[in-house]
Formats: sequence, C-alpha cells, structure tokens
Amino acid sequence: MLSVEDDGDVEAEEAGRDMEAYERAYADDRSWEDLQEDESGRLRVVDVAQQQRQHRKRVAAMAGAHIQRGIIRYLYLLVDLSRAAGEMDFRPSRMGVVANCVEAFVREFFDQNPLSHLGIITLHNGVAQCLTDLSGSPETHIRALRANLECAGDASIQNAIDLARGLLCQIPTYAHRETLLIFSALSTCDPGDILEAVRRCKDANIRCSVVGLAAEIYICKLLCEQTGGNYSVATSETHLKDLIMEHAPPPPVLAESAVASLVRMGFPQRGAEDAVALCVCHGEVKMGGGYICPCCKARVCELPTECHICGLMLVSSPHLARSYHHLFPVPHFEELEGTAMANGRESEFKLCYGCQQKLPFPGGEVSGVRLVCPRCRQHFCYDCDLYIHESLHNCPGCESISSTSSLPDLQN
Amino acid sequence: MSSAMSAARSDDVSAVVILLDVNPYFWGTKTSTGFTFEQFFQHVLVFINCILLLSHLNQVTVIAMGASACTFLYDSAAIDGTASGRSKRDKQPESRSTTITQKLQEFVKKDEAAETNLAPVENQFSNLSGSLSMALCYIQRILRKPTAPPQPRILCVQGFPDAPQQYIAVMNSIFSAQRCSVPIDACIVGSQHSAFLQQASHITGGIYMKPPQPEGLFQYLMMVFATDLYSRQFLQLPRSAGVDFRASCFCHKRTIDMGFVCSVCLSIFCKHHKACSTCGANFNVKKGGQKRKQPSS
Repeated sequence: MLSVEDDGDVEAEEAGRDMEAYERAYADDRSWEDLQEDESGRLRVVDVAQQQRQHRKRVAAMAGAHIQRGIIRYLYLLVDLSRAAGEMDFRPSRMGVVANCVEAFVREFFDQNPLSHLGIITLHNGVAQCLTDLSGSPETHIRALRANLECAGDASIQNAIDLARGLLCQIPTYAHRETLLIFSALSTCDPGDILEAVRRCKDANIRCSVVGLAAEIYICKLLCEQTGGNYSVATSETHLKDLIMEHAPPPPVLAESAVASLVRMGFPQRGAEDAVALCVCHGEVKMGGGYICPCCKARVCELPTECHICGLMLVSSPHLARSYHHLFPVPHFEELEGTAMANGRESEFKLCYGCQQKLPFPGGEVSGVRLVCPRCRQHFCYDCDLYIHESLHNCPGCESISSTSSLPDLQN
Repeated sequence: MSSAMSAARSDDVSAVVILLDVNPYFWGTKTSTGFTFEQFFQHVLVFINCILLLSHLNQVTVIAMGASACTFLYDSAAIDGTASGRSKRDKQPESRSTTITQKLQEFVKKDEAAETNLAPVENQFSNLSGSLSMALCYIQRILRKPTAPPQPRILCVQGFPDAPQQYIAVMNSIFSAQRCSVPIDACIVGSQHSAFLQQASHITGGIYMKPPQPEGLFQYLMMVFATDLYSRQFLQLPRSAGVDFRASCFCHKRTIDMGFVCSVCLSIFCKHHKACSTCGANFNVKKGGQKRKQPSS
C-alpha cells in the first residue's frame, strides 16, 4: 500500500521554493501586473480562474499518494532534563521552550490520534524516570511535566530507550510503538553498550525519533536510521515547534510491521448532566457527565480508557469517526470549460449547489472556475470545492444522489 | 446597513440556517398524534418571521430535507438583494410566507417524482447528511465575507428517526461544524430521540431538545432557539439528559454499543470477521480470536 514514486513534481516545486527570494527571476513574468485592488481594498489577482486552477493542481498533487498509516499509537515522549536543558540560548531556557512545545504537541497528538496513548519519561542525573504512564488524557501529562520541570546532571539515551522498550513491550501487537526524544544535550552518559540497546529497540519494532536542540549527534542519527524514525535538529524556537508538531499526524507504516487485528471495544453512553454516581477510576462521587461501560455498567470519567472492572476498551464513537474521511474520500471535482457547460442547462446550474453563489459562465460577471462532481454531476464553485475537500469531506450532491442524479437525466 | 454598525461587534447578530424535515413518510404517518404538517409549517413560518424581526441584520436560510433530496427554500440575504430589482416589475413584493410555501410545493413535487424510481425501503429516512453539508457550505460563504460576518448557527427540526447509513457523512459534517465553531441546535418533533443530533449538539456546543408536546412547537422554538449565541449564556436552557454515543457498524448498519474495531482503519463491525471489508486487512484468527494479551503483572 506504500507508494512513494509519484513525488517528482512536488520535489521539483520544492526546489524552486528553496531558492532565496532575490535569486528568483521576477522581472520576466511581471507578476505585479496581475494584481488589482478590489472594493474592500484587498489585492486580488486579475485572472482568478487561472490562479484557482493552479491552486487546485497543487492540492491534487499533495493528496495523490495513498499511504497506510498507523492510527493506534503508543508513544513515549522522552524529555531531556539534563544540565544542558537549563541553557538559556532559547528564552527563557531550553527547558521552558520544550515544555511549551510538548504541551501543544500532546494536545495535537490526541486530537489527531484519538485512540492513541502517550507517556512521558524524563532524562536527568544519568537516569531515566517514568513521569506518567501511558494514558489517553492530555491534561495529566501536561500537569505532570509542568510540575517536574527541573534540570540536573547528565542525560542517558540508553537508560531512556531501555525503560521505554520495557514498557512498550507489554502493549498489544496491533498498536504502533514509538518514542520521541527531545534532546538538549550534546552527549549521552550510558552504563553499557548503547548500540546493543538500539538493536533491541529495532527488534521490538519500536520507532524512535529524535528532535535535537543543539547540534546533530551521530548516535541519535544512528538510532533513528536503525529504527525507522526521523531525526531533525531545530535552528530556532518556531522551527523546534514545527519539528515536534511533525510527529503529531500518524506516521506511514511499513506493510510487514503492521499486524492487523480486530479489537473489541465498547461505546459507552454519556450520563445525564444531573445524575450522581461513583466513578471507578477515582473512587469519588461525581455529579453529572461520566460514561457508562456497556458491558459491566461501571462509570468512568474520561474516554478513551480501559474499563477498570471488565477490561473492555472504551471509546466514544466520534473519536473513531474523526478518521473515517481518510477511508471514504470525496472524488476529485472536474473542471468544466466554457463550452461544456452551455448546453441549454444554464438556468438549472446557475447557482453553486453548495452555497447558492452565482457560478461563472462565459460572458458572466463572475470569474473563476466551475467544477462538477464526477459522481452526482452537481456544479460547485471554487470556494465550496476547497471547503468540501479540505474540511467537510462530504459532497452535498452525492448525499442526496438517489434523486438529484436521476432528475437531470430524465430531462435530457 | 452602515458599515460602522456591522463592524462594531456582530456577536448578537445571527445567521440561522434552519433544516426543515418535510419527509412525507414522517408527516403522513404522524397524523394520529394530532400534530399535522400544516400546523408545524405555520409554527416554523412565524418563527422565521420572528428571528428576522429581532434584528434587521439577522439572516435566515431555510433548507428542506425531504425523503432523499434537499434544497434551499428561502434565503433572506438573497431575497433582499433581488427585491429592489423585482419590485420594479411586480406591483407588490411577495410575502415571505408565500415565497417559502411556493418553493416548498415545488420541492415536494420534485421529490415525489424522484422517489417513484426508488424502492420504498431506501427512503425511509430524511436526508440529514445532505442538508447539513449544504448548510455548512452556505455558512462558509457567509464567513468569507470581508466585513464582520454574523454569527452562524444551524437549527435542525427533525421528525424522522436517524438513518444509520448516513453515519459517516453526518459525523464528517459535525466535525467540520466544530472546526469552524458553528453550533448545531436540534429540535426533535418526532417520537424518537436522535442519537446523531444528540452527538452533534454535544460536540458543537448547541442545544438539543425534544419538546414533550410538539403542539406547542412555536413556544419552544421562541424560548430556546430564537436567542442569539451571546445571550444564551444568560439563559437557563435545557440541559442534556445524556448523550447516546453508540456507533453504527459498517457491515449491517446496526446501532451497537459493543463491537469489534479494525486496528488498521478503525472500521466498526458487530461480529468477528476474518478480514476487514473496508481496508482488506487480514485478521490472524489465532491472535485476534483471543482478544488482547493480558499485561503481565
């Protein structure tokens, strides 16, 4: 399922983007002449249709590859809190910047990987310490890290990955095991052979990635290469944030490492807002909210979790549904050129099916492209096309396909 | 409409998109309880007029969801725009209610013609997913306006029970609404609760209500759903009586509270399968049958 061939165009484009602004040739294409001021004072491109076409082309190129991704992830975040994390080349300190990035990352991680679990391990004084166990609640991790933000001693990569490997070995085989090391130090202080530890990680199918703050280090590079992870070094605070955030979307999976399995899960109902009950996770009386396990009727406070009584995996169905648009994508809309649309049905397709905006037609006052869904043959404007493919993931026409598709055909 | 006024802060100016359930399969069988479609439609028409009277900047858009199709019935912004041009030709602009009624009649006729081609079992639901998608596309257009746009919200007046086959499409719409912070309100006039709309209002922060007496629909609409988003924080609005988070399975489209989930693509099944019908993953029977390994303690 993994396809990486069709990236040629994108790479070529990226090469152009890498050039500094002053290196590119502007004088020839006189791009400023394409701009015009509109009624609200914003600059607009004169040839709207051409610009929209180009943008659609770019979007289509990016969406091309179909890649299997590991959706259920178990990730340990290894945070370096050694002496080097106290350095002040980042403001207020490397540690503070990392904590902010980790906070944003943890939230984003659970947003993009609703069924995944995350834990935090800290590296300081030559040892690795498990700060939070694998769990699905972002607040616990953020609170724990904020409360333990002190740096001392040396960092030991070997201790950290050995500890993470021990913990990750227990999780079920269908899940994807990962570690993400955020490393401030320039050296590692290990009790044994780190190469052996790297090999064991590879055998355990753990994907190790590293984001460095100082400089590129050989052992980090080796660790990532061996286990299939990513290694990157941040050059600035915003760059660091981008690099850490890159690990939030689920990574592509190699076909051989993925073990598919059916997992039994429960979809609990949310209790009424004014009901009072004991929760099993904290053993406290709670008012309102809460979810009731469909198997044993125990009440838990947060989803996703494992029922403490019967061990059933409890998730909310919206969590699952967040990723379904990957499975059933909306077909790419085709563009209708000037002549194709003017076959006597202009009155029927004068307005965009989605937003009732006037659609462009030859000689009309609206400029832009006119798009048609290949499945339901409804016409859409450029803005709706973008919205439908980027955010909505539903074609309004196809949703009522049973009748509307048959109507125009009858009239023909 | 002075620009200073609209720029001041539009948090109490609303753009309401109303999704009306006009499914004949629902209203045809509903007559036994005494609440007819005529009454329902009257209540809604008065409600639409009321919203437009609350503020002259308010906008109302009405989308009808029929047995399979859906269409725009009325758009106050579009009508106002063309009214000047039309009144030159016509002696008197048509009243709002007449416009909506006429459009509705056209739609019902079209919908009826389309339905005759289909098996009756298939249209035993209202097209919630299609109308929600349309409403969201329309709201995107409102939000694109350069001047401060009004606060959009969706009010769904549904009668027919949920259609499990629309599950994914409805969920996609809900998440999209959540992302652009558009609350979805739901008013259920049918006899059954709607799990989809419960989830929708829970996720997007809207209000879900099933009036105990649909005969008083207008009162409920006015007291609960007419207020703008800013004023809502001062009101005692109905609190949710629990949300049904059950999913529907991909294989039989049944609503289930326990099921099997494919670890690769997260498809939901009500029974154990040998292979995933969605992504083609092969489940190793030996491993998959024993559920999960117990963590070694």
